[in-house]
Amino acid sequence: MLKIENLHVSVDDKPILKGINLEVNAGEVHAIMGPNGSGKSTLSHILAGKPGYTVTEGSIQYQGKDLLAMEPELRSREGVFLAFQYPVEIPGVSNIYLLKAALNAIRKHQGLDEVDAMDFLEIVKQKTALVEMKQEFLYRSVNQGFSGGEKKRNEILQMAVMEPKLCVLDETDSGLDIDALKVVSHGVNSLRSADRSFVLITHYQRLLDYIKPDFVHVLSDGKIAKSGGPELALELEEKGYSWVEEQAA
Amino acid sequence: MNSQSSRYITEYQSLDVELPGQNLSWLTQLRKDSLARFSEQGFPSSNAEEWRYTNFSAIEKKLFIPSSKKDIPEINNAALASYRLEGCYSLVLLNGRFVAELSELSDMPEDVQLCSMAQALQQFPDEVAEYFGKTVANEDHGFIHFNTAWFTDGWFLKVPENTVLDKPIQILNVVSENELMAATRNLLIVEQNAQVEIVESYFGLDADTYLTESINEVFIGQNARVNLAKLQNETDKAFHFGGTYVKQERDAFFYHESFSFGAQIARNEIHTDLGQGSECHLNGLYLGAKRQIVDNHTRINHREPNAISRETYKGILNQRSRGVFQGRVIVYEDAQKTDSEMNNCNLLLSDDAEADAKPQLEIYADDVKCAHGVTVGQLDEKSIFYLQTRNIDPETARNMLTFAFANEMVEKISLEDLHTQVLDLLLLRFPQIGIRKEWM
Repeated sequence: MLKIENLHVSVDDKPILKGINLEVNAGEVHAIMGPNGSGKSTLSHILAGKPGYTVTEGSIQYQGKDLLAMEPELRSREGVFLAFQYPVEIPGVSNIYLLKAALNAIRKHQGLDEVDAMDFLEIVKQKTALVEMKQEFLYRSVNQGFSGGEKKRNEILQMAVMEPKLCVLDETDSGLDIDALKVVSHGVNSLRSADRSFVLITHYQRLLDYIKPDFVHVLSDGKIAKSGGPELALELEEKGYSWVEEQAA
Repeated sequence: MNSQSSRYITEYQSLDVELPGQNLSWLTQLRKDSLARFSEQGFPSSNAEEWRYTNFSAIEKKLFIPSSKKDIPEINNAALASYRLEGCYSLVLLNGRFVAELSELSDMPEDVQLCSMAQALQQFPDEVAEYFGKTVANEDHGFIHFNTAWFTDGWFLKVPENTVLDKPIQILNVVSENELMAATRNLLIVEQNAQVEIVESYFGLDADTYLTESINEVFIGQNARVNLAKLQNETDKAFHFGGTYVKQERDAFFYHESFSFGAQIARNEIHTDLGQGSECHLNGLYLGAKRQIVDNHTRINHREPNAISRETYKGILNQRSRGVFQGRVIVYEDAQKTDSEMNNCNLLLSDDAEADAKPQLEIYADDVKCAHGVTVGQLDEKSIFYLQTRNIDPETARNMLTFAFANEMVEKISLEDLHTQVLDLLLLRFPQIGIRKEWM
């Protein structure tokens, strides 16, 4: 599904990612962990197509296509979803309208008709229940005045409605209390399927107690310093990132 | 004598125009005094600080004349109907004069007095005299004096104490002839515990170049409530001056919404004097395109303690247009526990558009809470990217965000038909932002 080869990325001529190699197959859940400044968020931004980054070397293949050549909206229509670490507030655009516009854009891309109004309401009703969101949130402006937890739940709601193939979650656990973390994790887990992959970017092992990864990678100074199974996260929790950094050095 | 305004003064002397209240000596004197002041000052020039961003000298180059009483012109009734709001009493001022046949004032509660200013000056001149000119006594610029000297009509509304009017009133101001001046003078008196909702609409119909000059004097009694909305959708070549000057008694509530969409040059003034514990909310949305200039001038005088003021004005400026916001809040020495917030946000859609924002806070009391904020900027790139990651193409994202910026003010409109009308006009005024019906 996703193949990152020797990816080098700079911001203002400063190298951030220095040769990432990563392969994510359909149905797999990969956790990418690492200390602050290791390049975790840059990786998520590059996948989504955020402007301001320069790819100096390497490639990203998504379903056999050159992801880096695609505009951000095309990537999302093709099934790449980024759950933001800091979701943007958009006063004046209602949540429900954004969901509808997002869904219809995918359907148009797939050559389907716009979703029927009644069907849409039914879909949204189911998905809001999944993230335990009150219906009234749908009619509020996107993320405006939402608490940290509500914003993250809203990201998962959008993900559930858009039904992407590759879900990239950028520090979705940051700033969540334990109850919100459970809700968000439940949402993610229920979206897991054989043809949907996840890249979980996180600083802490805590999230992985709730969402069980197939693979764990440790990012350090712009490179993957160590890869392993779920047990690697526990080891990191115990020994700290310095352990990996020392090994890599 | 100001050389530029002299043309208006000499030309007007030979006009055969019927002005209301010519039998009333106090008014004749007031008109005379105002004319003298206007001769000295002329129309405001951009030399004056309060007018520095807005140059009305184009008015001087033309000669806009008042309509004479005799001829009520034929007008496009279908167009007029489209300006009307459902479920409202309506008072129509055509070319600056009241037209009874076009107005709908039946079933008005008996103790509510709503009529044209000309009628009021005829039927109860003493009541008019009690209020006329009082809220503009300290306003000293050419538009005020010109209006006082030459107003041809207007409206008078008095809502007696404890009366809540059952329906809103639409004051529909329409101009149907070119080179015309529609100068109207209006009085709104809302006695204690009374409530009223008014919409002032300004449209051009079969005319493009004209001058609207409208002044409202508003008196809100103790614990009374006034909701006043203004929709200014003059034609692209029209000039518009509209001023509302308010006196709020103790615990009086004033809610004003301004939608300034039309005219080549528009100046909207709102000044209010706040009594103890009173509250005012001033919301505004202004749009500029082509070479339009829209100037919003507000002044909130916190004269007494415990009053609240909230002000939010937003502007969207495209092409070579210019938007001005001058918001002045004065907290006088006695106005302890004043609570005031003022915000002005401007969205520039082109490199040639300009926003001039000048918030002014003058505080002479020591125990107050005052805040103000101004932003001038373009669309937020982070928001555009966020929408792109949600499948939206960048152009639609920009349009959505622009619409959303405006909609924050539009969605506050409580009167449903006005809400629809404002949205429809937004659609017409800003075709370039590709607003879609489904966003509404």
